[in-house]
Amino acid sequence: MWNRISKHHLFWPLMVLAALLLFNLIYKPAFFSIRIQGGHLYGSLIDILNYGAPLILVAIGMTLVIATGGIDLSVGSIVAISGAVACLLVSKSADQNSLGIVLTAVAVSLGLAIVCGLWNGVLVAGVGMQAIIATLILMVAGRGIAQLVTSGQIITVSSNPYEYIGAGWLALLPFSIFIVAAVWLAAAWLTRRTALGLFIESVGSNATASRLAGIRSRSVIFAVYIFCGLCAGMAGLILSSNVSSADGNNAGLWYELDAILAVVIGGTSLNGGRFYLSGTVVGALIIQTLTTTIYMIGVPPEITLVVKAFVVFAVCLVQSEKFRNVLTSKWRKRRYQAEREVTHHV
Amino acid sequence: MTEQNPILDMRGIHKRFTGVVALKDVKFRLFPGEVHALMGENGAGKSTLIKVLTGVHDINEGTVTMEGKQLAISSPLEAQEAGITTVYQEVNLCTNLSVAENIFIGREPRRFGRILWKEMNRRAEQLLAERLNVSIDVTLPLASYSVAVQQLVAIARALNISAKVLILDEPTSSLDANEVRELFTVMRKLKEQGLAILFVTHFLDQVYEISDRISILRGGEFVGEYLAAELPRIDLVLKMIGKDLHLLAELPKSGSKEESRNGEAFLQASSLGRKGAIEPYDLNIARGEIIGFAGLLGSGRTESARLLFGADRADAGELTVEGTGGKIDSPRQAIRQGIAFCSENRKTEGIIADLTVRENIVLALQASRGWFRTISRKRQDEIADEYIKALNINPKNPEQLIKNLSGGNQQKVLLARWLLMEPKLLILDEPTRGIDIGAKAEIQKLVLALSRKGMSVLFISSELEEVLRVSDRIAVLRDRHLVKMMTAEEMSHENVMKAIAGG
Repeated sequence: MWNRISKHHLFWPLMVLAALLLFNLIYKPAFFSIRIQGGHLYGSLIDILNYGAPLILVAIGMTLVIATGGIDLSVGSIVAISGAVACLLVSKSADQNSLGIVLTAVAVSLGLAIVCGLWNGVLVAGVGMQAIIATLILMVAGRGIAQLVTSGQIITVSSNPYEYIGAGWLALLPFSIFIVAAVWLAAAWLTRRTALGLFIESVGSNATASRLAGIRSRSVIFAVYIFCGLCAGMAGLILSSNVSSADGNNAGLWYELDAILAVVIGGTSLNGGRFYLSGTVVGALIIQTLTTTIYMIGVPPEITLVVKAFVVFAVCLVQSEKFRNVLTSKWRKRRYQAEREVTHHV
Repeated sequence: MTEQNPILDMRGIHKRFTGVVALKDVKFRLFPGEVHALMGENGAGKSTLIKVLTGVHDINEGTVTMEGKQLAISSPLEAQEAGITTVYQEVNLCTNLSVAENIFIGREPRRFGRILWKEMNRRAEQLLAERLNVSIDVTLPLASYSVAVQQLVAIARALNISAKVLILDEPTSSLDANEVRELFTVMRKLKEQGLAILFVTHFLDQVYEISDRISILRGGEFVGEYLAAELPRIDLVLKMIGKDLHLLAELPKSGSKEESRNGEAFLQASSLGRKGAIEPYDLNIARGEIIGFAGLLGSGRTESARLLFGADRADAGELTVEGTGGKIDSPRQAIRQGIAFCSENRKTEGIIADLTVRENIVLALQASRGWFRTISRKRQDEIADEYIKALNINPKNPEQLIKNLSGGNQQKVLLARWLLMEPKLLILDEPTRGIDIGAKAEIQKLVLALSRKGMSVLFISSELEEVLRVSDRIAVLRDRHLVKMMTAEEMSHENVMKAIAGG
């Protein structure tokens, strides 16, 4: 029984998350307190979910891309473009509070995000470029586009409907959590209830054999890059809406790296093949919790990244089965001999 | 020879993988200056024993003694340092590096930390020429050579390490008769120099031609060790299979097959060809007919089959399936027309390693149905169980990852994938390569049964006996040309050999 639990792909990610939360509990018991204020839930845990929403979204899209054996470095730039375009459209409109305007802005930026994903898909599946190079193009160019859109300034909006996306509340919870849940369910449904998941894993594990089995690898690859672009676009909306402004220079900066990390922590191999959406969500939560923790315990800003790197390194070590075996091998051998002795005496 | 001390002595070897016992109290001895054949069916534990010996796997129990000293081999490097080197079944080289680099990788001649490229190339050329009688440009990437040459390079690489024990794991499975002869010459020379050679193969002829001693494994257990001269062939086979089965004799001879072909053509290829792969050829396949492809390695057998399946695009000629003309440009189109193709490269073009047996079986069917018309999990389980039973796939667990299965069982899973599609034409490229006798006979029987049900089969194999046994007609290929189409009356071992040799 224990063996089955510890072999589950979610076991180690959940253990790491639990360890992080436990640290917070000891360091500051108030971390876990959740209070209701004005019909909304407030507390650090809620904050983690709320602020982690964009990362989870990007990481879900990234999971599918990585499962096909690819990678998408351009998600950070797509986040910036989508936020910038939406904010520009809203800010230029006569009535920023008009729901129609906001919906149009959302539709346009999500459409653009899909186009970005399509561009990546064309380069990877159509032209046959290596994913890391193909998406590097949009990573660099996309940041430039976002800066063009914002003219290098920070565009601020004051629109209630737009603000609702990233800072609004539905029932007791932040609205962004519902967006994440919807996307997660949609991704899970698309991959596990249709044959898309099987095809993704097949293409990622062995592209040649998949083609010979009659799978349209190209459309599968197109689909995952488009989906990944769409996820990044939604993340961009949440992120910009949360602060009611778009910053072409800094929005979504390094998101691609955090997303890749979340996917890997979640147990999906960078070589492609098997993927774990739930693992990715836990991985993203680990990263967000870590970020929150670092701010909370007041690590000096200049060494924040070092601390984060160290924890990430430790997480990766714990995740590695080989490393765990090395650590526990001595202890195991001793246990094994003891068992043998006992059986001898009996 | 029997009075000598063994150079290598393995005793009481146990190896367990999660849930599976791969080796159970196995012993193995190897004397200097002998060729020792390790025999057994698929899953008998041969590969595991070799991997244990070369440090790829740790052993759970048992001792390995080399030259009187006990060894604890825990990595391939340690095995190399102890003087044990291996050439694996599937060539394990870097195809984008040059031949010389492949031979010397990790042990490049250096001076002041700088690699002496000229020296390395010279020594590689010398090594290949003197010991293997191969003269090739060693500066070209390995990928520019045939699998046979790659195999020889792998052997050269193993020889280059000052080995005392050389392990050849199915070295001959992708070599043609001449190359095998050359390899045996090399092996005899090395034997005289006192090298101990562990030889794994499925070809009985080769076992008796080259080995002094035979050890047999069955189901992970040690059966016995015999002098080759004192073990009759039939005994060897019986000990390997473990039951009294004259499997191969049961098969009807091709001549005795009922002549019930109605001659209705399923597929017609006229002047189908592709530059650099196969010269334009004509081929008709009737319903229920089994066409054999015979020819040496690199004669264009695989290349012509790939055109029929759309795995490569034909740049000349026409293909007509069931009277409807047109080109087949992709495997998808071919599959829609009722064609299935089992590639000779199981690992790279067949199995999806990360997926389970069940997923591998339903893959092609699901692909033909698209994303949304899914096969219910219940139906998938039924399909998997049905084929595991029908083809006797081991282990019987459909949720096992396919990469954990032995080569023969992987092949059966791939067969299941295509049989599930109920194709009208099944192309089998070396379906029995690297597979034990029992499984071989099963596959041959299956092919005959399928053709009786009206399925056409294109059967490609390097083993002439096998092609002769199953085929209704044989296409002989030589140097990328289809040189002769033989009818049942013309088909004989001698005629086919003559056609292959040409002139």
